[in-house]
Amino acid sequence: MRILSLAGRRLAASIPTLFLILIGVFLLLQMAPGDTVDALMAQMGGGDAATARELRKFYGLDLSIPAQLANYLWHLVRLDLGFSSIYGKPVASVILERLPPTILLMTASLSFAFFFGLVFGVIAARGVNRWPDTLISTLGLIFYATPSFWFGLMAIVVFSVYLQWLPPGGFEDIGTVQTGIWRVLDIASHLVLPTLTLGLIFLAIYLRIMRASMLEVLNLDFVRTARAKGLDETHVVTRHVLRNALLPMVTLIGLQAGTMLGGSVVVESVFSLPGLGRLAYESVVQRDLNTLLGIVFVSALLVIVVNFVTDLLYARLDPRISADS
Amino acid sequence: MDLTRLEINRRTALLTSAAIAANVINPMRAFAQQTPRKGGVFNVHYGAEQRQLNPSLQASTGVYIIGGKIQENLVDLDADGKPVGVLAESWEATPDGKTVTFKLRKGVTWHDGKPFTSDDVAFTAMNMWKKILNYGSTLQLFLTAVDTPDPQTAIFRYERPMPLSLLLRALPDLGYVSAKHLYENGDIRQNPTNLAPVGTGPFKFVKYERGQYIIADRNPDYWRTNAPYLDRIVWKVITDRAAAAAQMEAGELHYSPFSGLTISDMARLGKDKRFVVSTKGNEGNARTNTIEFNFRRKELSDIRVCRAIAHAINVPFFIDNFLGDFAKLGTGPIPSTSIDFYPGANTPQYPYDKAKAIALLDEAGYKPGAGGTRFSLRLLPAPWGEDISLWSTFVQQSLQEIGIPVEIVRNDGGGFLKQVYDEHAFDLATGWHQYRNDPAVSTTVWYRSGQPKGAPWTNQWGWEDKTVDKTIDDAATEVDPVKRKALYAEFVKEVNTELPVWMPIEQIFVTVITAKARNHSNTPRWGSTSWYDLWLSA
Repeated sequence: MRILSLAGRRLAASIPTLFLILIGVFLLLQMAPGDTVDALMAQMGGGDAATARELRKFYGLDLSIPAQLANYLWHLVRLDLGFSSIYGKPVASVILERLPPTILLMTASLSFAFFFGLVFGVIAARGVNRWPDTLISTLGLIFYATPSFWFGLMAIVVFSVYLQWLPPGGFEDIGTVQTGIWRVLDIASHLVLPTLTLGLIFLAIYLRIMRASMLEVLNLDFVRTARAKGLDETHVVTRHVLRNALLPMVTLIGLQAGTMLGGSVVVESVFSLPGLGRLAYESVVQRDLNTLLGIVFVSALLVIVVNFVTDLLYARLDPRISADS
Repeated sequence: MDLTRLEINRRTALLTSAAIAANVINPMRAFAQQTPRKGGVFNVHYGAEQRQLNPSLQASTGVYIIGGKIQENLVDLDADGKPVGVLAESWEATPDGKTVTFKLRKGVTWHDGKPFTSDDVAFTAMNMWKKILNYGSTLQLFLTAVDTPDPQTAIFRYERPMPLSLLLRALPDLGYVSAKHLYENGDIRQNPTNLAPVGTGPFKFVKYERGQYIIADRNPDYWRTNAPYLDRIVWKVITDRAAAAAQMEAGELHYSPFSGLTISDMARLGKDKRFVVSTKGNEGNARTNTIEFNFRRKELSDIRVCRAIAHAINVPFFIDNFLGDFAKLGTGPIPSTSIDFYPGANTPQYPYDKAKAIALLDEAGYKPGAGGTRFSLRLLPAPWGEDISLWSTFVQQSLQEIGIPVEIVRNDGGGFLKQVYDEHAFDLATGWHQYRNDPAVSTTVWYRSGQPKGAPWTNQWGWEDKTVDKTIDDAATEVDPVKRKALYAEFVKEVNTELPVWMPIEQIFVTVITAKARNHSNTPRWGSTSWYDLWLSA
């Protein structure tokens, strides 16, 4: 019950922010030259002025900007995200279609980055300034400095073109209709390369944070106490150090859940995945205001939820931080 | 004998020899005589999703590449670029050019089983081509009615003479027919059929998964006997060009149409025996690179300045070093691929001559000021292709050398059209002019005055010439093909003299296709056609 009321309060507090963000994005997109009809004309390769006028009416662009904004907000209050001009159907259903691949990719990459970041961070911290540390830190820097589209393309060239181990793109195999476990395995095989590509960059950050955090905690008094009472090193690290060193990692996850939504545009494009990032990019280029605002809305909600879960995790990891404070 | 057609420049010669070499390695001719193999799935690269798939409502390659396999047009082009009947079997026009009668094919049915009749043609022409279809609405502006005395006859009635040759060259693109019974009720633009097209073509729509793929299967009841050969076509949505090239190599794609890969990838795959890379089959989709001058700008309203800018740019150098075999020197708004209208290169041209450019600018009174600067310009490149981006940088560097610093302002598609064609916020703009088989379809609007503000790819340059206007108007309604050709030659001469738009580079889209494909690229607009005879060898 306490958790629910906390969740309610959090959500209520974020509603004004949410509205400010939506209005901001709406106005920003008004400043971009051209509207969705111009974008459609660009796609069609031309059309006459009468057609353009009619299309503007069709998309409701003949109204003034304040009227359009008021219209949008009025719909939003009634939980109606509006109609997508590029997809010709309700924004909510467009986003719902795209949400599963995005969430799948995001969860997979974050878990990958978190897990291996943790392991490598601990190894590096335990062998600080010796060869495991140097090796891991160097690799981390390389991953961090490499652009993800290049990583993705190289992964396709090596694993799909030459070795032919994994599919080069797409969300699932179109040729054969699969069900049950085979479909799961098929989707999983399609997601291996995108997950690695997206995850490697974050892995670098996580392992640096984990290493630093471990080193800091290792020097604290209670660790010395633990060692003094005769615990072996593995015990000290897993029972006493790790749990305390995890706090910054959890903070980071909360922060990065939002970044990941935006950061996956590149990975989704390279691997032809039907995710939210690509949808957002397309909506900007096509000036599809409703869809873009819808995505901003959903992303903002997602970030709020993830941050809420992060806070709960904090309390769990460190009893000094209670959910009430 | 048209001598200009025999002129083969070095590039074409190279390209042709490359094509011949490819034929030696993959002897297509020999294979074509083999018995076609039935079956197989053909995977097509689909780079940019459109808002709908019905070619009766949107004239663009992004729609034809899918809708053109499902729906059919009245007329298409044959291997020699001559009109050939598809849903129409024959046609004739009255001498005054105001009535055109089409006899339609018998025994054709829509994919839902309903018969195809002249009612469908009349409905599509009056409600889609005339009202919604881009370029169609201009072409059919003076269409007053389509009479249907019987199910196999459609009589088009025009208020002003419609040259039959113009109509027949426009209809392959602007003459796709939709089913009346699916569209007669409700708003045509919102009709769900637009995203699940129903046609008479060799392939039946199966499924569209937005952002991922589109599937169409073989139509067993297709009116051509023993066609099509393929079981299925799958269009895969891949927005990243480099990723599409990798998918070609991994065997996940068979065909990337309309220069869908990067220039370097197309050149690379051209050396790979598994692929055929060629401009063949795209002759009907020629385009020219442009420089549009804004005559509202004082300096540019002086024709000498525009000519100086043209003389200052070394076009052959640019083509050789950046575009390679996929482009050649252009000579004006009508490209050399236009068999019926190309007037030859015997019109005013602007070869690279820096000294002349400088002399012209000095003569116009724009002497270099402090730091060698004469005046500066804003250049807006269109975002359609990497060649435009390279070209704009090349223009910038070339003009810097004659004392005109250029600021490049980049926009996305919507932004570019708005700024250039509506707000006129440019000094120079550069993009593509698409030539659609007849200058009256989408070329003369670049020069005819009186275009409404905001209409993309029309004369928005603040430039007007009564002589040019008259030539354009006369040619548009001239019924005699010989006289029409002469009028268009005159038109090219006039606009190359006055130079409101300079069109110095000619390009044809490049096809990248698996060497296993047979009967491909055999017509001038092959990528858009129905592929009823396409097959894959084992």
